[in-house]
Amino acid sequence: MNETAPKPPPSGNLDRGDTRVRHDVGIRGAVRSFLDRVQSGDLGMLPVFVGLLIISTVFSALNPIFLAPNNLVNLLFDAAAVGLIALGIVCVLLLGEIDLSIGSMSGLSSALLGVLWVQKGLPIPLAIAGAIAAGALTGMTYGLLRNRFEMPSFVATLAGLLALLGMQLYILGPTGSVNLPFASPLVRFGQIYIMPMWLSYLMAIIPGVLMIVGGMRTMKRRADANLSSSGMSVVVLKAVVLTAALLFAVWYLGMGRGVPWMFAVFVLFVVIMDYALRRTKWGRSLFAVGGNAEAARRSGINVKRVRLSAFVVCSSFAALGGVFAASRLASASQQAGTGDVNLNAIAAAVIGGTSLFGGRGSAWSALLGVLVIQAISNGLTLLNLSSSLRYMITGGVLAIAVIVDSLARRSRASHGRA
Amino acid sequence: MVYDQAYARRAKGDLLLSLRGVSKQFGAVTALSDIELDVRAGEVVALVGDNGAGKSTLVKVLAGVHQPTAGTIEYLGQTVTLDTPGKALELGIATVFQDLALCENLDVVANLFLGHEVSPWRLDEVQMEVRAWTLLQELAARIPSVREPIASLSGGQRQTVAIARSLLLDPQIIMLDEPTAALGVAQTAEVLNLIERVRDRGHGVILISHNMEDVRAVADRIVVLRLGRNNGIFTNDNSHEELVAAITGASDNSVSRRAARKLDEPAHESIGDAR
Repeated sequence: MNETAPKPPPSGNLDRGDTRVRHDVGIRGAVRSFLDRVQSGDLGMLPVFVGLLIISTVFSALNPIFLAPNNLVNLLFDAAAVGLIALGIVCVLLLGEIDLSIGSMSGLSSALLGVLWVQKGLPIPLAIAGAIAAGALTGMTYGLLRNRFEMPSFVATLAGLLALLGMQLYILGPTGSVNLPFASPLVRFGQIYIMPMWLSYLMAIIPGVLMIVGGMRTMKRRADANLSSSGMSVVVLKAVVLTAALLFAVWYLGMGRGVPWMFAVFVLFVVIMDYALRRTKWGRSLFAVGGNAEAARRSGINVKRVRLSAFVVCSSFAALGGVFAASRLASASQQAGTGDVNLNAIAAAVIGGTSLFGGRGSAWSALLGVLVIQAISNGLTLLNLSSSLRYMITGGVLAIAVIVDSLARRSRASHGRA
Repeated sequence: MVYDQAYARRAKGDLLLSLRGVSKQFGAVTALSDIELDVRAGEVVALVGDNGAGKSTLVKVLAGVHQPTAGTIEYLGQTVTLDTPGKALELGIATVFQDLALCENLDVVANLFLGHEVSPWRLDEVQMEVRAWTLLQELAARIPSVREPIASLSGGQRQTVAIARSLLLDPQIIMLDEPTAALGVAQTAEVLNLIERVRDRGHGVILISHNMEDVRAVADRIVVLRLGRNNGIFTNDNSHEELVAAITGASDNSVSRRAARKLDEPAHESIGDAR
């Protein structure tokens, strides 16, 4: 373009050839690039931390029990089911599609669990497998409707919402609910089982260690390949902060009952999905189809298969969330999955940073978002507010989350970020 | 495997592709009739013609989107059938369409390797990044950072990424559909440089363009289509007027009349002044 060609890079790294690019190195660089990103509308997880801060300040001022260890333990128990549903919807939102029937799906799945296990006497694993298979089948139906008939996913799943709800009522029969036996491991999993403290502390340390080991390995590989890296200081700082936060959380929850196994299993699923989304070809193709389906198609990606897989994963997670919800409540009833479950799960994903417009998001958004949503719901319950008010407030929160998403998207577009 | 054939790059001047008597009909409409076209390694062939001359149809035939109704396509000495886009790509005919089809939310590396990622179950980001930089440096392409999303790149840089992506599978032939149509002066020059570098790597390049200046700047041969037929093959030695005449089909055409009018105009004005 101009005559001053880029000078050969002083470091000799492959990716440092262009003098126009600022390279952020070290902690200061990381802070600077973080501020840049936030300014241009790439908010990442900032809304979650701001939200949690506001929520905990307001609710603990109104009712000090909110921050009590055992209340937080309950909060984590409650978060797992909706969190799993949110984890599934992330896949569909990444494509720019939506599934409005996840609540009904979870309700149907808990009804199936109750009927297959308690009424038909099937072993628990088989009953759970049956419920998840129903989810996979539902997802496949949505995928086919979308692929074959170009049916907008929001209409298909809205129809599904009603159909699945009807099926739930049908299989529950005239009694309308099935009580799960309290002594069973499944209900104990949903209400009682707590990780041993030593294991909880171990689990709190592992992520930080993995971050440092992984960071060092990546840095070495990049150096071997003659690529630059932003230095270990940032990785170490992040790992230290994360480990400190997790250790504090475990210690604080340990003053109450401790970390629920249910929540730990949910986190495990988040980690698995995070790997699938970021480090596999399948995850990459989800982002690609969400960003530009035509480009993905021309790159040889089977767009229809990707769509189908996303709907199947989403509905299966919704079914698993239904199983968790049933084990938490020790019952499968007509009310399961109705009301605000649908919107809570979608709101959780959006608050966590997954865009409704496709192509942006992460598995962690389900975890972080569900903490915010569950904190609000828990805090409102502590205030003894009627469900009418709770619905209105949750609706308002979802609206705000979507507004933030839209504004951030517009800002990103004008700053040249996708 | 077909790839082995494609990977052995031919020497400069070897015949890569030759079309003989290719015709394409859409119902009653004849979009192409009796097209002859040769593409050699290390050569830029420009395909020019007016709207409706059949350029796009020909590109789509070569990209495997449309099948010709008659005629033969000979590729590396063998008669081939390009029945799907995948087949054309596999044989080593890559196409960069006018809308670049990049994913704006993904970074340059992800776009370059989209659909062909290294180790699908454990994406090898380091290896992909190294190969991306190596390819971009071979093309002397100026991309500030391969870890920025495409949304932050300029039009010329996006074109560069799209061209680089088509080169990733090391095709014999690369077809560029109007690569400079949406670009500014400097960016056009960059892309033209890039085309020359692609040619110097030994690929055969088919360039489709409306812009006569660009075509004359880089093309070794200029193939003119008119109303779906071959209407002459030109080189840079031929004058602009000859080219325009071939494209429009007459030496007395709207372009030449306009040029003539421009010449006359000063005379008109001086008459006006004299009054």
